Amino acid sequence: MHLSEILATLAANRFATASAILFVVGMAGMIFNRNLFKKVVAMGFMDSAVFLFLTSVGFVEGRLAPIVTDPSVPASAEVYSNPLPAGLVLTGIVVSVSFTAFSLALTMRLYKKYHSLDIDEIMMKSQRNED
Amino acid sequence: MRPFYENFPFFCIFLTMLCGIITTLIHDGKKARYVTIISLFLCAAMNATVFIMTAVKGVNFTYTMGAFPAPWGNELRSGPIEALLATVFCLVINFSLMGGKKDLELDVLPEKKNMYYIMMDLLAASLFALCYTNDMFTGYVFIEINTIAACSIVMAKDCGQTIVATIRYLIMSLVGSGVYLLGISILYSITGHLLMPNLFTAVNDIIFDPQLRYPLAVVAGMICIGLTVKSALFPFHTWLPSAHGSATSSSSAVLSGAVLKGYIILLIKIVCRVFTPRDISYLGAGYILFILGAAAMIYGSIWAVRETHAKRMIAYSSVAQIGYIYLGLGLCTTAGIAAAVFQIIAHAFTKPLLFVSAGGLIDASGHQKKLYYLRGAGWRCPSAGIGFTVGGLSMVGLPLLAGFVTKLVLGQAALAEGIPQWQMITALAAIGISSLLNAWYYLPAILQIWKTEDEPLGPNGEVYSEGRYTPSRPFKVAVACMCLLVLILGCAARPLMNILIQGVGLL
Repeated sequence: MHLSEILATLAANRFATASAILFVVGMAGMIFNRNLFKKVVAMGFMDSAVFLFLTSVGFVEGRLAPIVTDPSVPASAEVYSNPLPAGLVLTGIVVSVSFTAFSLALTMRLYKKYHSLDIDEIMMKSQRNED
Repeated sequence: MRPFYENFPFFCIFLTMLCGIITTLIHDGKKARYVTIISLFLCAAMNATVFIMTAVKGVNFTYTMGAFPAPWGNELRSGPIEALLATVFCLVINFSLMGGKKDLELDVLPEKKNMYYIMMDLLAASLFALCYTNDMFTGYVFIEINTIAACSIVMAKDCGQTIVATIRYLIMSLVGSGVYLLGISILYSITGHLLMPNLFTAVNDIIFDPQLRYPLAVVAGMICIGLTVKSALFPFHTWLPSAHGSATSSSSAVLSGAVLKGYIILLIKIVCRVFTPRDISYLGAGYILFILGAAAMIYGSIWAVRETHAKRMIAYSSVAQIGYIYLGLGLCTTAGIAAAVFQIIAHAFTKPLLFVSAGGLIDASGHQKKLYYLRGAGWRCPSAGIGFTVGGLSMVGLPLLAGFVTKLVLGQAALAEGIPQWQMITALAAIGISSLLNAWYYLPAILQIWKTEDEPLGPNGEVYSEGRYTPSRPFKVAVACMCLLVLILGCAARPLMNILIQGVGLL
């Protein structure tokens, strides 16, 4: 496969490509970042990647939002795009918001206790307390 | 007219959620405790009814919530295995709450006690939903609810160490559920379905399409990895020892007895009902689960041998025991999956028994958690000592106890026809080595707690005399019930295994 072909494939699947990049960035950030606050932000990246992917799956070029404005015209499935992914994304956003709030609350608690956001430093301090 | 018991799965989920809401209004921790325990016993009775009816008739059923058929409404589905596991979870949570009563009073602030029970209710509701759901996305939502509730019960003992453990647990869990969500999104984009039966037909049509083999393998891999991260399979177990080892006894018992298993049941349902076990093996995910399971069995045991902290040792032993479950699942045969389900049930009773008893022993030794200071603790609190002994011997694999049957049925599943030779050898070797290592750390621990020769001394030379510690009555009841269940599972395994094998066919 030539470079031009690869680029063309990537451009055709631009949403999937973007979400894959976002997901990997987010996951790497969550695992490798030592700062807790950055970890929470990275989690947002990861969730957004999935939402972008799901939304793009539901979107079909040229189709309308599934809202019937004129009841006299019989609705046809061909005209509208699929509303289910949008519903899933909404649910996902609610879940991710509550998790962000929960992890930020935990981070604040840890900061108050150990005066640091660095996970390694916090772990060291907590282990010292234990001994 | 459909039989009435078909409503029970929904009732259980609804009842526990309702109790959670009611508990917010009860500020008295003691009353909140009664509400939770009574509602869970009710749920256990309802789930047991569903189990008996479906197992006797050999049927499964689909329940449409509010009589709206999917995709508009939401569906629950139950057969014998789902109902049996839901019953087991109710009992495990109840016994853990009863057994950890003293620790709870010490570790959780009195004004926050009702919050702890809200989280328990929520946890139970999400576990039932994970058992009964028929929809991948509902599964995802309840995974997240389960995670939040589980994190909260870890951090209920409000000290720095548990908060650190919680945040590690939370981060790993979020990575896991993110991967799972991406997996089901890709599956949705390939098939256009989220409901398990529809997915099954769609996947069946395309499974041998050479163009779709790799996308489907990626999906199967992502779903498996996402759920294994959440259920702490090696090498994703790093969060488990700190979370389970530092939390209050009830939380540790519930986490290892029920929470880890909830995700595995969802995975088993996906393996059997979205794909078939043969597909999972064809796509390669089965081998990954098998190898990681075998590695976990040995690695977890080695770390448990090195551990001197009593609760963390039990937590590392959980890593090994989770490996047994995945070893059975990774064989991708009916017998293997039935063995995995048996191990889920056996471990669901044995591990809380160990955690609760260890909590009692630690209480009887002036809250010293190192195994060294538990010398002779069995004489100070005999009920906890007996519980720890029975649990430990079951883990080692003494005949007539649940752990022995697990090793036996797993070995039989590995020796069945059609299993590749390398899998057979690996499985048997892993079971053998892991049992040996289990004996290496559980037997000294058991001997340690029954030691009599020297005066049991604390770190500062304080003496814990015999009989100073009296365990509460709920503690004794819980330990006695769990010991009895471990014994029953060990003695009457054959009929249960027959039901499980029939149940796997009905999944």
